[in-house]
Amino acid sequence: MTPEELEQISQSEQEAQSRIPHRVNVCVAAGCLSCQSQSVKDALDKEITRRGWEGECQTKGVGCMGLCAEGPLVSTDANAMYKHVGVADAPEILDSIDGAPLERLICPTDIPFFTRQNKIVLENSGIIDAERIEDYIGLRGYGSLIKVLTEMTPAEVIQEVTKSGLRGRGGAGYPTGLKWSTVAKASGKVKYVVCNADEGDPGAFMDRSVLESDPHRVLEGMLIGGYAVGASEGFIYVRAEYPLAIKRLKTAIRQAERLGLLGANICGTRFNFRIDLRLGAGAFVCGEETALIASVEGKRGTPRPRPPYPAQEGLFGEPTLINNVETFANIPPIIRNGGEWLARIGTEKSKGTKVFALAGRVQNTGLVEVSMGVTLREIVFEIGGGIPDGKRFKAVQTGGPSGGCLPADVLDMPVDYESLTKAGSIMGSGGMIVMDESSCMVDVAKYFMDFCMTESCGKCVPCRVGTYQMNRLLGKITSLSADATDIAMLNELCELLKNTSLCGLGQSAPNPVLSTMRSFAEEYEAHVEEGRCPAGVCKSPQNPVNP
Amino acid sequence: MIPAANIKTLKIDDQDVSARSDETILEVARQNNIFIPRLCELKGLSTLGACRLCLVEIKGSTKLLPACVTRVEEGMDVTTHSERLDRYRRAILELLFTERNHVCSVCVSNGHCELQSLTQRLKITHVHFPYRYPVTDVDASHERFIVDHNRCILCSRCVRVCDEVEGAHTWDVMGRGIDAKVITDMNQPWGSSETCTTCGKCVHVCPTGALSEKGRSVAEMLKRRQFLPYLTLMREDRE
Repeated sequence: MTPEELEQISQSEQEAQSRIPHRVNVCVAAGCLSCQSQSVKDALDKEITRRGWEGECQTKGVGCMGLCAEGPLVSTDANAMYKHVGVADAPEILDSIDGAPLERLICPTDIPFFTRQNKIVLENSGIIDAERIEDYIGLRGYGSLIKVLTEMTPAEVIQEVTKSGLRGRGGAGYPTGLKWSTVAKASGKVKYVVCNADEGDPGAFMDRSVLESDPHRVLEGMLIGGYAVGASEGFIYVRAEYPLAIKRLKTAIRQAERLGLLGANICGTRFNFRIDLRLGAGAFVCGEETALIASVEGKRGTPRPRPPYPAQEGLFGEPTLINNVETFANIPPIIRNGGEWLARIGTEKSKGTKVFALAGRVQNTGLVEVSMGVTLREIVFEIGGGIPDGKRFKAVQTGGPSGGCLPADVLDMPVDYESLTKAGSIMGSGGMIVMDESSCMVDVAKYFMDFCMTESCGKCVPCRVGTYQMNRLLGKITSLSADATDIAMLNELCELLKNTSLCGLGQSAPNPVLSTMRSFAEEYEAHVEEGRCPAGVCKSPQNPVNP
Repeated sequence: MIPAANIKTLKIDDQDVSARSDETILEVARQNNIFIPRLCELKGLSTLGACRLCLVEIKGSTKLLPACVTRVEEGMDVTTHSERLDRYRRAILELLFTERNHVCSVCVSNGHCELQSLTQRLKITHVHFPYRYPVTDVDASHERFIVDHNRCILCSRCVRVCDEVEGAHTWDVMGRGIDAKVITDMNQPWGSSETCTTCGKCVHVCPTGALSEKGRSVAEMLKRRQFLPYLTLMREDRE
């Protein structure tokens, strides 16, 4: 594959697409697929054939369009988007393709949900067919790789990433450029690039959506990373619970190999790179980088103390670059537009955009990508459309089991790494669960502690036994049978786990408890002192057994 | 000959000590008779950093670091005992007592148990966390040894000695979190294990009475750990 050949594929793809005047895009990412979007696409295809419109209109299975709550979503080239489309709607949609949009199903695209977004990572989501590499190439795909291989030295690539100010999108926000340069400087016989696609936070589906909608973007990011740090082998660690993402990744890897974009002597240079998949077996802790490495090596997925960091001693003891799906997905546009371009977006310390999975008690559940620095209020009330059924907002949970619950009084805080940490939560991978007044915050804390307890690997004592004890104490509070000593013990365990656990899972397991205790202290008091749950969720068991 | 650059000097509890750069804080402390509690570490085995009892404070670092895996650095200022550290250590030991059914008075290792002596040394008299009282099993199917999961603290010394020193890898850990347990082969009864060589190394590295020899009554199980450093030394000599 040479730059010229790539250009040729791109042009012939664009020509082929322009020959067909009309196009109907049907979302075939997991969200819409689960409400039968495949049958909608089949019905449209059948109807096109019946009408003999093959030369004029074509359907395309595309990735996520974002508004998962309203699926199945269908968009036409007339820029009309339709929601809740059923099989029976196919003829009407085709009828409307030349004329006025179909009012009955229209989903307005001028609402804040769409207009307030800034799509960089998701720029191709909902537009390209994830299973066709030509579609990606037609939209400048793999152009950044060619640019890097033919025009830039590895040091220049790293400089560009550093300049962009990009920080790890997996949660901790470690500067990506710094990580890349550390791995580039580390000495080792071989080096590895690992993509962390073990998205495990409850309610988070950003990485799944990127992999299902635009898998080539992640491969391209990994290739550029491999070139920059001097690696020739990459692994994508993807959880087995994402069968569609795995299928599309496999297809993408095969297609890239066939075009010579993966393999030996890529673009006629000396750069070799191959990518393999490794499937996770459902352990949340395997999202922690050292546990992930152990799992890729075929060992039990347990973390080990750091240092040494994976950048020095990672996979098979060699220097390893580990980044999250979304981080890699940011790389191609950074190379294409330059680091300074991304650095202009966002806040002083958090650059670029962040994809959030909006879930819970909010009108528009789905996937949104916003510039860093927008406020939580904008995300929840403008983009998210506020709370349904006239209920009152209570809290928004970010960062999954490692994060915290943020109350209404911090809604005007800008969303960036530092502000969220200061408010007692974390950015995390991007799960955002909105809760209204019908949620009991102690019950929420218990839910996350239960999650941490079942997902603890059992290696270190504070996490293994501590999460059990904390879960038990929270159970006592939610069954309205706790007293002040239980609260004291809960505080003691929070401090212990935070300071003595081996890995991030245990260290951050107290966060949901600490943040709810701080922001919703009155709810804890009501449970313990008055024996009542203000939200009416927790009930005292009929026959209280000695807990 | 060790290059001069590989010799580090540091302070542990205000005591000036010197060390090779590949040594850990725990090793250096031990050479200088500075006591740091630990349960999962054992000289001659790989380190794990899992029991979290050897956490120490290092000046300039906000994090507590496990002494068993943290390598020395020039000018390090290490504190091994403070009110906070001892409080955490006591809490961790208490948690271990609540996890399974540790009843010293009927235990073969009573009086010779690392968990017990550490508890006494850290002056723990009560456990203030509630006990879990799990139902755990005892496997006495082996002709010479018994594993009593009630007394296991999951330090994984048995797993490591079997894999690293004996080379059999009969032991491993199964399950997650609070449900984790050590198993022989693919969770078969120990007596039917085809990989176990009956060498007994696991029994003698076990810090508690979880692994013991058959025929021992209360307080009769003495463990001989001296073999391990000796074995390592002899093997190094031969290489």
